[in-house]
Amino acid sequence: MTTLSVSHLTVNYQQVPALRNVSFTLAPAQVVGVIGPNGAGKSTLMKALLGLIPVVTGTLTYGDRPLSQQRQRVAYVPQRSHLDWTFPTTVWDVVLMGRVVSTGWLRQFSTASKRLAMAALERVGMADLRDRPIGQLSGGQQQRVFLARALVQQADLFLLDEPFTGVDQKTETLLFEVFHELAAAGKLVMVIHHDLGAVVKEFDRLILLNKELIATGDRRQVMTADNLLRAYGGLAHFGQAA
Amino acid sequence: MLSWILEPLQFAFMQRSLAIAVAVGIICAAVGCYLMVQRLALLGDALSHSLLPGLAIAYIIRIHLYVGAFIAALVSTYLISLIHRRSPVKEDAAMGVVLSGFFAAGITLITVIQKDNKIDLAHFLFGNLLAVTADEVRDTALIALVVVVSIILLYKELLFFSFDPQGAEAAGLPTQRLHLGLMMLVALTVVASMKAVGVILVLAMLITPAVTAYLLVPRFHHVMLASVVCGVCSSIAGLYLSYYFNLPSGPAIVLVLSGIFAIAFAWHQWQKTRAPSATIF
Repeated sequence: MTTLSVSHLTVNYQQVPALRNVSFTLAPAQVVGVIGPNGAGKSTLMKALLGLIPVVTGTLTYGDRPLSQQRQRVAYVPQRSHLDWTFPTTVWDVVLMGRVVSTGWLRQFSTASKRLAMAALERVGMADLRDRPIGQLSGGQQQRVFLARALVQQADLFLLDEPFTGVDQKTETLLFEVFHELAAAGKLVMVIHHDLGAVVKEFDRLILLNKELIATGDRRQVMTADNLLRAYGGLAHFGQAA
Repeated sequence: MLSWILEPLQFAFMQRSLAIAVAVGIICAAVGCYLMVQRLALLGDALSHSLLPGLAIAYIIRIHLYVGAFIAALVSTYLISLIHRRSPVKEDAAMGVVLSGFFAAGITLITVIQKDNKIDLAHFLFGNLLAVTADEVRDTALIALVVVVSIILLYKELLFFSFDPQGAEAAGLPTQRLHLGLMMLVALTVVASMKAVGVILVLAMLITPAVTAYLLVPRFHHVMLASVVCGVCSSIAGLYLSYYFNLPSGPAIVLVLSGIFAIAFAWHQWQKTRAPSATIF
């Protein structure tokens, strides 16, 4: 069992404390939703897990070793708005980027890598658009391409930053289908999500943050009036939170 | 027509100029693609201006001019990133400060030493393509080889890093070393281009072919190939214009580049009006 353990994690974002003393343990084979208001430190948590920002104190362990020694087991889907969609590249080239590290320096992509890329594109329903420039895709299509890129990494831990923002219903359904398939295959999927709408039901487990860990557990344990008040103050509205 | 093309080539100086112009056209156009997609056009300008003091110091202490220029370019990149990381100053502002400081130091040093020596500031500022020596052709060819081979060997890593630096870092690529490597390639490229077009117009050789190609084709390696074709054709055409119409060679090359860009831009606009849904950006 590969368990992700976050222990007493404190992280600063641009010299300001963004997360204080966060601890939780996640078993594999589940889809975990990370929720909380804007500025709650959700992306910061993910970036700390990825080693993109320094950890002030605390430890991150995956299995029995530090997570930082196992980067190749982690796949990351950044926020769509943080990418340059005018970049001259195609769907196919982006998906193959998921194979760059496992291919290794000075080598070309193997036939096996290309087959993986094709299979991933077929899974997300984008195989027909593989030669399309990324700037000509809809938001949902862009998100599916990045999911395909994460899939070809053949990781054990999947981290996705707000994958549901600005995507169509069809893509949302497909993303959850794939997440549940990954969980069924023993993977751990962590998804940042910004509202408390109906999709919260789709997560096996929730982590509610607001600069610190408010609650973690299943939906009934986390989505209590008391917890939501502590996370969102008076601003929480069920079904559609700011 | 054929004699029109062959006539200049009977002169050894024209053969050398053409060789350098083509080599510089290739590497500027290729490296410039990375600067364009990473929005670092100004960095190409900063690097080329900052190599001047290195040249002057190399001349004084009698080491190879290219080595001095290369070191100065790297020092300026380091200073830009130091100012940017250690203070709230934004990167473009840091570039402006370092670029102009180094440029002023270079002009001052060269003006001082050119009184006693056979060294001409204007040649570094505007290039002197028609006066290159066989040694310079050899050095430029060597630099071009290093740059081209590096780009081919690091292609997939540099593409990932350029498109999605955070994703590349999260996947485990050494992004800081890739950035440094890319900066070294840019520094080598501007050093090699100094003789052809001079430090002031190098920016055009780096950026104009890249943006021209960007308007025409959608995939990065196609952009790079089209950019190289555009760079090489402009170098050759500019050199011939310079020969037949007695124009300064560096500016002639840049004018051809600008002309090709204008045509590509017009074509892009025409495509957009013809099929408005096909282009989003």
